Amino acid sequence: MSILTTNDIRETINMIQNENLDVRTITMGISLYDCVSDDIDRLCDNIYDKITHKAENLVKTGESISKKYGIPIVNKRVSVTPIALIGGKADSDGYVKIAKTLDRAAKTLGINFIGGFSALVQKGMSNGSEQLIKAIPQALTETDFLCSSLNVASTKAGINMDAIYMAGKAIKEMAYLTKDKNSIGCAKFVVFANAPEDNPFMAGAFHGIGEPECVINVGVSGPGVVAAAIKRAGNCDFGTLADIIKKTAYKITSVGQLVATDAAKALNTPFGIVDLSLAPTPAIGDSVARILENMGLERCGTHGTTAALAMLNDAVKKGGVMASSSVGGLSGAFIPVSEDEGMIEAAECGALTLTKLEAMTAVCSVGLDMIAIPGDTPTETICGIIADEIAIGVVNTKTTAARLIPAYGKKVGDSIDFGGLLGTAPIMDISKYSCKDFILRGGHIPAPMHSLKN
Amino acid sequence: MKAVISVTGKDGVGIVAKVSAKCAQYGANIVDISQTVLDGYFVMIMITDVSALSVQFGDFVDAMANFGKESGLQVSTMHEDIFNSMHKI
Repeated sequence: MSILTTNDIRETINMIQNENLDVRTITMGISLYDCVSDDIDRLCDNIYDKITHKAENLVKTGESISKKYGIPIVNKRVSVTPIALIGGKADSDGYVKIAKTLDRAAKTLGINFIGGFSALVQKGMSNGSEQLIKAIPQALTETDFLCSSLNVASTKAGINMDAIYMAGKAIKEMAYLTKDKNSIGCAKFVVFANAPEDNPFMAGAFHGIGEPECVINVGVSGPGVVAAAIKRAGNCDFGTLADIIKKTAYKITSVGQLVATDAAKALNTPFGIVDLSLAPTPAIGDSVARILENMGLERCGTHGTTAALAMLNDAVKKGGVMASSSVGGLSGAFIPVSEDEGMIEAAECGALTLTKLEAMTAVCSVGLDMIAIPGDTPTETICGIIADEIAIGVVNTKTTAARLIPAYGKKVGDSIDFGGLLGTAPIMDISKYSCKDFILRGGHIPAPMHSLKN
Repeated sequence: MKAVISVTGKDGVGIVAKVSAKCAQYGANIVDISQTVLDGYFVMIMITDVSALSVQFGDFVDAMANFGKESGLQVSTMHEDIFNSMHKI
């Protein structure tokens, strides 16, 4: 083998066949600005036509690239302009109609999810945003593939506590409306601080306001590959460990870049970004928690977990950046509890708590993700959990998010099973003390100061 | 355009011949072969030139995978660029 060595070839094949290397998603971002109409039916028709036309070949192209390189491309998705920006004077019923239109387009295309039923309300709330937020519970209950997100805060604008309160109420209502399906509506809704505008991952993907007409973004994965590389390295110091992670991340990201370039060319659409995230799945050997455990922790969530995650996240970025011409999105290690086999086990045995998870989100992307809490959690407490998470993002100038599931009728010790990529979530314990009076103050928490840093 | 064909499975008589015949049938020219047997387990990596295939590359990938299934072997056919991108800077 003159150019490629047999070992190189074997390594790649082993990563795919035994270590769950895959490309997690090809997400096509589509601008809907030119769909705007003062007639809600015409608006919906324009949206449906544009999405189904632009993304007509997305699934087919994904499958063909997957076959060409022999690597699974798990999801094919679409993200659109935040719907609150194009809804015009639609009321909440109108927004539900738009939601159903997006879902119908997703079904026609055969994609896994469509994201962008979203509003950007970090500084304040327009009429359209308010109507959209009111429509979220019904919209996510009556659709299958639609994802929704709110950006409620930014480092520059501060935290919109009124929006967080509305989000808390929407989460609580959705949990009830989808109670027959383990409150799954809540799994399709995420609340952000500093939301990235080119994120290919759900539930938070939307096509940002500064994005081109249409774009291809790719999200890579590969926690299993990193975990295996660390295990093989055995007992080495942190410098060596960081080096191993960087080299592995380079290899993983190179595949993402290759797929992104190919997809962009085949779909005649500009390439946007590669998102460097380590995205776990509930499958054995595809877990971020197991990476941390291979680094020397007895269980994910014990003391040292935040430091281990900080190092992992940083090394993944350093290695990945070199492999891609353009990096963006969330880019970091995801720690969704229900979607990570090692996290599920750590939560079930009590090693991983909500408070530890909150600390971990200060050093990684993206936040309190897919966390099931008791169904009788008061709305204000849900808002308090969100506000804490959002504050971490705002003060640290990073993206954070919360995707919480107050599972209706469930209590600590129970668990809910969504199946598929969404996995199984043990119900986690929360503080029994109230934050009601704090949340009910309403208004806006001012933007943080960025000097005198301590 | 080159493709890497990897073949693994229980060792037996005539595996190289069978895989080569299948390549010839579809017009894939074998450029390099590395083959070994580890504990009765057959492992082969072939680099083939697939510029003059008689079918679409995707169909060739399927045909080789199906042939593998029929023969009790695991055969995967991948475009060389995935290896180049991963292992070359």
